[in-house]
Amino acid sequence: MKYRSVFDIIGPVMIGPSSSHTAGAARIGRVARSLFGREPKWANISLYGSFAKTYKGHGTDVAIIGGLLDFDTDDVRIINAIDIAKERGIKLRFIEEEAVTDHPNTARVIIGDDKGELELVGISIGGGKIEITELNGFELKLSGNHPAILVVHNDRFGAIASVSNVLAKYEINIGHMEVARKEKGKLALMTIEVDQNIENKILQELEELPNILKVTKIVD
Amino acid sequence: MFRNVAELVELAVSKNKKISEIMIEQEMNVTGRSREEVLAFMDRNLRVMEEAVERGIKGVKSHSGLTGGDAVLLQKYIEKGNFLSGKTILDAVSKAVATNEVNAAMGTICATPTAGSAGVVPGTLFAVREKLNPTREQMVEFLFTAGAFGFVVANNASISGAAGGCQAEVGSASGMAAAAIVEMAGGTPEQCAEAMAITLKNMLGLVCDPVAGLVEVPCVKRNAMGAANAMVAADMALAGITSRIPCDEVIDAMYKIGQSMPTALKETAQGGLAATPTGRELEAKIFGIPRV
Repeated sequence: MKYRSVFDIIGPVMIGPSSSHTAGAARIGRVARSLFGREPKWANISLYGSFAKTYKGHGTDVAIIGGLLDFDTDDVRIINAIDIAKERGIKLRFIEEEAVTDHPNTARVIIGDDKGELELVGISIGGGKIEITELNGFELKLSGNHPAILVVHNDRFGAIASVSNVLAKYEINIGHMEVARKEKGKLALMTIEVDQNIENKILQELEELPNILKVTKIVD
Repeated sequence: MFRNVAELVELAVSKNKKISEIMIEQEMNVTGRSREEVLAFMDRNLRVMEEAVERGIKGVKSHSGLTGGDAVLLQKYIEKGNFLSGKTILDAVSKAVATNEVNAAMGTICATPTAGSAGVVPGTLFAVREKLNPTREQMVEFLFTAGAFGFVVANNASISGAAGGCQAEVGSASGMAAAAIVEMAGGTPEQCAEAMAITLKNMLGLVCDPVAGLVEVPCVKRNAMGAANAMVAADMALAGITSRIPCDEVIDAMYKIGQSMPTALKETAQGGLAATPTGRELEAKIFGIPRV
């Protein structure tokens, strides 16, 4: 079941005009911002399919930038997000891609500053609901609607068990979990959606575990 | 958890509960929220809808200038009293238009199920309120009933214009509204499903062809007709009329039609009304450059 809550259907409360092209786009941008952990200095946004054809009319461009500025779907500042970003000195580039993607509403967001970069692919599946399908080259599936964390780790035995043990200790229930790796024994990524909010001290505890490199809360 | 309309109706009938109650209970189970929290959250959405209707009825104008002000025209027309089709229907239409005009103007709305189709459910709800005098709680229940049917469509077909055409957006919204009207008017769960089926049947094949890629033309008027469609279908179901094709099969047909629809007619502004000479002219005027 792609949709679990009635509020995916009756909601979100948002700035118009399109739940998939505006609210969903804002959420994709906000997840990228949240993962990056700070305001980027530049952003290259590639738009595919319906996003590429209609983004100006739907405010998809302002919405993604609004998300990158950490605005929620119902934040009226979304309307002026591009101007606000420019005032803050953020360099923006939009690319209308011709390539055909699996989903008609696809955006690739590459953001960065002098300290680092982040690349993320998000799809907007309708009614404001999104899925993140790719992060820094890792394929993943993430609804963005439940509290979720990302754990970058070394691909070693026991790494996954140690993380789930800590979550169990704090009575946090895992709703969805995926593990991805590029090569056996190298860098890997756990995507964990949970039912309860995860406090920062738990994130710290996770990060101190052997073979765990970085833990990020991506949705509150 | 119900997966389709048949299971939803079966649950309601066997437990002798309303569709809205089944949806509320499922929401509590899935999210772990209390009944009070779930109801309060929906009440907040209802308030957003109410504010959007009120704002639109006073008159808004979109940034492009393509839409706005039609809800006002219709309200004035109703006041004159010489209308042909019926006051509640026209009131629903004007309030659906009002909401969607606010949406087009980048105002605050509640997506039901999407922003492009956000007018139909509140439009019919606030029109039917004048007739049935529901309590606030019943108005909140209206949204849960609508949500229950939208939930089935979203999980078995699509509610996005880019994936399924306008039938998936305004079509779904209208079916959801029709079912909710029936429950508020005292109809049975079966009648809710019939109303949904009758409505959606008559919106099958509806393409998504927004002029200039904006959510304005023809979206606003499709919300208008979606509201009218929902009102008529609700009355038909309450009269005891049934759909020969069961609701779940109608939803499945909608899904398959959406899949076989060309991309040009699924929210890409490449076909239909968007590709008419006037559509292209408006696009060129709004964006300064024609996009072929």
